Amino acid sequence: METNVKLDEKLNNIYNLKTNEEYEKTEIGLNKEIVERISKEKEEPDWVLNIRLKALEFYEKLDLPNWGPDLSEIKLDDITTYIKPKNKMADKWEDVPEDIKNVFDKLGIPEAEKKSLGGVGAQYDSEMVYHRVQDELKEKGVIYTNFDTAIKEYPDLVKEYFSKAVPINDHKFIAMHYALFSGGSFVYVPKGVVLTDPLQSYFRLNSPGAGQFEHTLIIVEEGASLQFIEGCSAPGYNELNLHAGCVELFVKDNAFLRFSTIENWSKNMMNLNTKKAIVGERGKLEWIMGSFGSKVSMLYPMTILNGDYAKCEFTGISFAGSGQNLDTGIKVIHNGKHTSTVVNSKSISKDGGICTFRSNIWVKNNSVKSKLNVSCESLMLDSESRSDTIPVDLVENDDIEYAHEAKIGKISDESIFYLMSRGLSEEEALKLIVRGFAEPISKAFPIEYAVEMNRLIDLELEGTIG
Amino acid sequence: MLEIKNLYTYAEDDHGKEILKGLNLNINAGEVHVIMGPNGSGKSTLANTIFNNPRYVVSKGEILFEGEKINDLKPNEIAKKGIFMSFQIPEVIPGVTVAQFLKTAKSNITGEKINLLKFSNEVEENMEKLGIDKSYLNRELNVGFSGGEKKKNEILQLLTLNPKLAILDETDSGLDVDAIKIVSKGIKLFKNDNNAVLIITHSTKILEYLDVDYVHVLVNGKIVLSSDASLAKTIEENGYSSYMEN
Repeated sequence: METNVKLDEKLNNIYNLKTNEEYEKTEIGLNKEIVERISKEKEEPDWVLNIRLKALEFYEKLDLPNWGPDLSEIKLDDITTYIKPKNKMADKWEDVPEDIKNVFDKLGIPEAEKKSLGGVGAQYDSEMVYHRVQDELKEKGVIYTNFDTAIKEYPDLVKEYFSKAVPINDHKFIAMHYALFSGGSFVYVPKGVVLTDPLQSYFRLNSPGAGQFEHTLIIVEEGASLQFIEGCSAPGYNELNLHAGCVELFVKDNAFLRFSTIENWSKNMMNLNTKKAIVGERGKLEWIMGSFGSKVSMLYPMTILNGDYAKCEFTGISFAGSGQNLDTGIKVIHNGKHTSTVVNSKSISKDGGICTFRSNIWVKNNSVKSKLNVSCESLMLDSESRSDTIPVDLVENDDIEYAHEAKIGKISDESIFYLMSRGLSEEEALKLIVRGFAEPISKAFPIEYAVEMNRLIDLELEGTIG
Repeated sequence: MLEIKNLYTYAEDDHGKEILKGLNLNINAGEVHVIMGPNGSGKSTLANTIFNNPRYVVSKGEILFEGEKINDLKPNEIAKKGIFMSFQIPEVIPGVTVAQFLKTAKSNITGEKINLLKFSNEVEENMEKLGIDKSYLNRELNVGFSGGEKKKNEILQLLTLNPKLAILDETDSGLDVDAIKIVSKGIKLFKNDNNAVLIITHSTKILEYLDVDYVHVLVNGKIVLSSDASLAKTIEENGYSSYMEN
């Protein structure tokens, strides 16, 4: 236990950047009245309110999942469903209130922007407080804005795509999401526009008992190209927090999207996020995921390869420490000839942490000549920790290539001894091996995120050795 | 420099059964020593015990380095004192490049921040001498390395870390001529009047390529005979059997 205390202290210093800002409004619980009030507050058109109310009906009917991690700790009646800080959205960094700015400063957000990231949107609890798109992007016709704003300014576009990838009745928490959604990012990249710099958005839950239901909708038109990075964190309050966001991605024919997430929710967060992408002919989607935080995560990004030669790549790592249950994975539907999926997943578990990776792949009858390569590697740092790989596949035709590899390993004493004989302390040796294990994943992130990831790994391993 | 006094050692997972049984050894600066012995005589145990591998436990005796007792120190502290050990089968560390590893090891051992330019010049110079291509620096440590590449990498580490005492565990590689050539070249580059080398080997082959000051015969956990290089010739001709009867 001693070591956990040390680690928590360290994380506290870095991630628990609480502020004194006041909240204009909070709502607890989920009922028709609250849903209607949120919609009114946002001055939404009726069609949006109708989706919310329909979702609420589904939410009431649907049961909690009967598989995966235990979710009984979530007290659905007590959850904070809407929080609005006292600030309006700011367009210039200087206009963002000082204490919120401090939080982002400490997390290095504007710093990342200085390194010429295309635009930064930061979601602070439920409202976007800072959002900016470089003029250049505007000229190219790229839309990058808060999702609430998009509903007002680009209603036709939003209406065409919203809830079309992830249906409102997919599962209980997505129904909850559609009833309560607030904030998130909207990106539209017109036909043929290639963005070389990544866009990034940052989500942060700051108030106790808060739920966050942001909706991210990205459309990459034919032949266009985009990289999008989302970072997520929350300070460690004692009350259990719930995150039920939703990401919908539309990658058209010959388009490219790399969607990267680095997530370090506090260790009391229930992260029940839903992500889905639809990829057109010769389109390519890359998921890059680093999951470090949360108490429980259930997250299985889904890709529908909906045209011939469509491709999907998943590169992900999760790190579960004491008390964490990270249940992640992917779902892919192959619905086209010559489609391909490459999965490279790694997990690290220590101090009784649990990592589970589920892959659920459906290769349809028409998807001849498709290629699938799934590789899952787990590293367990002690015998209390757990790691599982659960593949569930449905393959409807014989004319495909499919390789599935799962490896579970422990760090050998001889490797530690070898590195120690070269002057490294036992802890440094362990860190070097774990960072090396994670390296293929961390190098998929932009450099400042890779550095951040290595720092998170080091923090998690600090004090591991008595 | 190194003084081993009446050393008794057993393997941790084989409790109580002693492998080294009263071993004595003295190595001074400027000397090259070879320890030879038949299989199972305790050669690898000796190298591992000097480095305090947790798999081996010292039950009696002590190991002194420059007059200081080191057998309670951790392997990294022993390395910092100036002892290096080349591994017979070096560990594979995926995701860590040779360059990264050399830099990490050097800064840990010296306790100083590395002057990158100077350091990489030094390393590249050593690589050239050993006939290692520069591209090796970006390869993951020992991942997919051939036996010869691993050996070269160990010797490159020796030259880079430049210890006072180099222990070369060549227990089984004695018959591989390429490995012997690499090791002997490395020793020639490393050796000067202020440092020392201890080679642990099964065969006499390495002595054809090296000037050796002392040869010790290790049998059943004890050094039964020490002499100059000519002893190796006797062993080559007669084998270990005459010593084993003792």
